[in-house]
Amino acid sequence: MAAVQICEAEKVYIMHGVRDDLRVDGRGCEDYRHMEIETDVVSNTDGSARVKMGYTDILVGIKAEIGKPRPMVPDEGYLEFFVDCSANATPEFEGRGGEELGSEISSTLYKVFSNRNSLDMKALCIAPGEHCWVLYVDVLLLQCDGNLLDATSVAIKAALFSTRIPKVHISEDEEGTKELELSDDPYDCMRLEVEDVPCIVTLCKIGHRHVVDATLQEKACSMASLLISVTRKGTVTCIRKVGGGSLDPESIFEMTETGKRVGKALHAPLMKLLQEEEMLGKKKQKVGFLG
Amino acid sequence: MAGLELLSDQGYRLDGRKPSELRKIQARMGVFAQADGSAYIEQGNTKALAVVYGPHEVRGSRNKTLHDRAVINCQYSMATFSTAERKRRPHGDRKSSEMSLHLKQTFEAAILTQLYPRSQIDIYVKILQSDGGNYSACVNAATLAVIDAGIPMRDYVCACSAGFVEDTPLVDLCHAEESGSGTALALALLPRGGQIALLQMDARLHQDHLDPLMEAAMTACRSLGQVLDGVVRQHLQEVSVLTGE
Repeated sequence: MAAVQICEAEKVYIMHGVRDDLRVDGRGCEDYRHMEIETDVVSNTDGSARVKMGYTDILVGIKAEIGKPRPMVPDEGYLEFFVDCSANATPEFEGRGGEELGSEISSTLYKVFSNRNSLDMKALCIAPGEHCWVLYVDVLLLQCDGNLLDATSVAIKAALFSTRIPKVHISEDEEGTKELELSDDPYDCMRLEVEDVPCIVTLCKIGHRHVVDATLQEKACSMASLLISVTRKGTVTCIRKVGGGSLDPESIFEMTETGKRVGKALHAPLMKLLQEEEMLGKKKQKVGFLG
Repeated sequence: MAGLELLSDQGYRLDGRKPSELRKIQARMGVFAQADGSAYIEQGNTKALAVVYGPHEVRGSRNKTLHDRAVINCQYSMATFSTAERKRRPHGDRKSSEMSLHLKQTFEAAILTQLYPRSQIDIYVKILQSDGGNYSACVNAATLAVIDAGIPMRDYVCACSAGFVEDTPLVDLCHAEESGSGTALALALLPRGGQIALLQMDARLHQDHLDPLMEAAMTACRSLGQVLDGVVRQHLQEVSVLTGE
């Protein structure tokens, strides 16, 4: 992550504040920063979303292409993730500098979405064993201010919600060769069920307490973090510990409980917001980067 | 031209524009707070984002340091979802490296590098949506970003693409026109002095057609220059209102 250098005095200040449930910007330990979400930002993708959390800015674009299903599961489609840490965020990501962070984030995303219940993959099947929809989820990191995975998971959920996949009609000629016809009507499309898509919550351990949605300065004070992916029912689908320090089992248990609570509370307002945005329909003002 | 009619009999192009008409331009400066300078531009359906870091100490190898002026480092990349067919690698391929070199050449001509010896200025451009005129959108966005960063330049750098169809020069080509017409000229101009920072064309063109094509491109660049000037002045007004001057 784009690192920030802070001195010992600042570290002590942050740790004392966290101990008293008061962070540098006035938040409590379990509060998220102000989040701005907009869908349908890039028009030539099938679904897109932009999330701004503090200074962190993530843009997700989803393109649906027809491909061959995996041999192990012939009646399901699949997702392919690609995370591009662009040089926009920091000059260190120029050239191949951002590849390490990008592959770390994309491997976490693969793990989170490998759960069978997150997304209905059978809906992405066209002809079992022959054709299926492959969703290429491309994540573009524009600005980095800590808490990348949370913002990325929210953006992916919003982008999947706004994804419109054209309906396919299979016609067979006399020789038996199948022909796929994509519907021309832009409104004749399939939407995805994103109710069960999990959101990732990153908890950083600072001193004896842990915080949600850490900024870069707070991350520099913490030795270890826990990544939890939580569904709207509060079920945990993936846990991962990151960072050089060690955590003892009680902390992990406490952090998991906090993560479940915070993650569960994130889903309902997010879905409500996405549905409200969709209701606006044509009246929606496209802001994008011009706002 | 065979196939798609790039210019109809009434003189209208595929999207209804006249041959010398530019696409709708919307731009915004200061998009990102963390970078030294940033800008976003939309030219029709082409969307480009430019970010400037610098001037700062030369990163990486010390050999690149120049004792009398600043080093300009550009990187051009496209988002994987920017083109109709998904692009596998955002940057690193030959075309992106070539574009980065062109951008570097363009801005070395415009930025007053003598004021910052032994330092480096980074310009990173990202195409979010590609619909023709990628190079021009990049240059225009980068100009605004450099101005947003407060780095002094000789003049605005305005760029435009132009093509030739049936004895008529077309200006500000979209993707269909770029791939259909064959000739595509990219021109980067410093409008006040009329100096050309970059001129590039790879196609066959009759010698007699070169002058009208360049004239059309230069006129388009000058109008673009006025649009960019308007954007900068409006941004300054907004900022001065916010800071209470």
